[in-house]
Amino acid sequence: MSAPRERWSSRLGVILAVAGSAVGLGNFLRFPGQAAQYGGGSFMLAYFISLLIIGLPICWAEWTMGRHAGERGFHSCPGAFHALLRHPAAKYLGVIGVIVPVVIYMYYVVIESWCLGYAMNFLTGRMHFSTPGEAGAFFARYIGSAQDGASVGFQFDQVGDYIIFVFLLNFFLIYRGIAKGIEWFCTWAMPALIVLAIIILVRVLTLGTPDPAHPDRNVSNGLGFMWNPQKVVMESYDGTGWKRDRELVSERSIEEAEREAAAAPDRLRVRKIGVLEELRKPGVWLAAAGQIFFSLSVGFGVIVTYASYLSRRDDIVLSGLSATSANEFCEVALGGLITLPAAVAFLGIAGVAGQGTFGLGFQVLPLVFAKLPVGWLFGFLFFFLLFLAAITSSLSMLQPGIAFLEESLNIGRKQSVSILGIITALGTGFVVWFSKDLKALDTLDFWVGTFLIFVLATIQIIAFAWVFGIKRGFEEAHLGAAIRIPWIFKPIMQVLCPVFLLGIFALWTLQNLFGIQFGSTHAEISGYVLDLVGPNPNPVAWGAVGIILTFGAFVALLVHRADAYRRPIINSSEAPQ
Amino acid sequence: MTTGGWIVLILSIGSVTTLFGWCIWKVLSIPDETEKLHGFEFETPDREKD
Repeated sequence: MSAPRERWSSRLGVILAVAGSAVGLGNFLRFPGQAAQYGGGSFMLAYFISLLIIGLPICWAEWTMGRHAGERGFHSCPGAFHALLRHPAAKYLGVIGVIVPVVIYMYYVVIESWCLGYAMNFLTGRMHFSTPGEAGAFFARYIGSAQDGASVGFQFDQVGDYIIFVFLLNFFLIYRGIAKGIEWFCTWAMPALIVLAIIILVRVLTLGTPDPAHPDRNVSNGLGFMWNPQKVVMESYDGTGWKRDRELVSERSIEEAEREAAAAPDRLRVRKIGVLEELRKPGVWLAAAGQIFFSLSVGFGVIVTYASYLSRRDDIVLSGLSATSANEFCEVALGGLITLPAAVAFLGIAGVAGQGTFGLGFQVLPLVFAKLPVGWLFGFLFFFLLFLAAITSSLSMLQPGIAFLEESLNIGRKQSVSILGIITALGTGFVVWFSKDLKALDTLDFWVGTFLIFVLATIQIIAFAWVFGIKRGFEEAHLGAAIRIPWIFKPIMQVLCPVFLLGIFALWTLQNLFGIQFGSTHAEISGYVLDLVGPNPNPVAWGAVGIILTFGAFVALLVHRADAYRRPIINSSEAPQ
Repeated sequence: MTTGGWIVLILSIGSVTTLFGWCIWKVLSIPDETEKLHGFEFETPDREKD
């Protein structure tokens, strides 16, 4: 490691960079959808418990592991495990920490280009939708979900130009390095993102009831759909059983429904699902823990790399907490107040319920902005906000790969950027071309963006708390610390976090691989598994898994051959000057 | 929105906003912290070797 060591230029810069890595599309699109789907207030309780039990502990563990590795000249995940565990096999554990960010980048950059494309189409006044079908048709055409290769085109309302621009912008910034590239960009992009979000938030909260013909479509009901702790639903009896008719979110609508049900008790009933009933459902915990994971970028291998550019005397406890709190502010206080209230105000609860992340973001919201006065401007601002959130995240996904290539091949930034550029361009090309039903993107997201993240986070917290040791880990974390980690986090990191994580992982595996639906006797093997080993294997799904395995083998080979992991581990702060 | 919804909203948003505000204040108020990041090669070797 004779090359000059890169470093952050300010503490605020590293905090904004880590926060930028965490704040992404999930904050504004995934979080509100998950909260509304899994019980609103009940979900928030599970969410905050997950934040305390897995989010913060793993975050602090990653910051500590990263700085510890950086002191010893390592900036990649294999290097971090090598420095931390000092076992010949330890470096191989870090292979996942290179696979995860690089493979996620391959498809994340595509979604990033959708955001930029939507922003530019709003700015140029091309987004005129009057029905959900029109918005859906535009999105399907834009992403090419009808057939493979359909999204490749270079018209203004096609994705080609945007992907090339976004891809090159990412690599330009990453080539400029830690301080002049990532830190410089995040230092202005993050404040800009928050200002944009506040402008949109003010507009959304002042929408009131946009259409007097539909008085139930208003901001207050949108907030209730998201935040009410008790879900209230009107159910009707169809002769075979009770079926859900609609969700009730305002005090007045609940009272009216109760009067209606009292008049026909054999046909109608109002069912109230309380907080405790919701929290007894494993799915709520799974969703809350999953959201914390994806939102905070823990288990991505990113924080380890970012923290490795700090020095021994630099605080990591307050920095980690600050980056986490910035992400939570963007997610809960901004994302939680913008997306669903805006959508419900124009489309009603029925038009929003059950929408996934893409449906909400790229079909429902464009329709909302099309109906809004000066909607082209707010549509542009919102999708540009998403674009900024996405690019600060995608930049963070490249740095672990760059650091690993520099470390394992002992090459400079120019070479490492070139190699990673070729690898990710091939992967992104695969995702863009095989766009039918978003099969390539979806498969990569499932196996890497969900499955491997769980695996890496579990390995990290066990390695930190049990192998490195919780006492030593706390001592290491507190070097240069501006605040102290409360003592309660020792048992949390050592026992509660791994147990909770393993429990959630087991539930996730049962639900998502074996298709077991909790609260139901029905079980069906997941489509992701059937795509690979079912009676009709899907070649695109196999291609996506092939990319993961090939890249994993490439990383493992480099780890195996790298001189960097064979030399004695030296703490650079004690090296002779 | 029900009264319970308002309570959950205020508690959730209030807690994350307070934490975020406190962190910003803490980061900006610690003397020299914003510009103290520097290479450890300038530090004295005052720690035992691993």
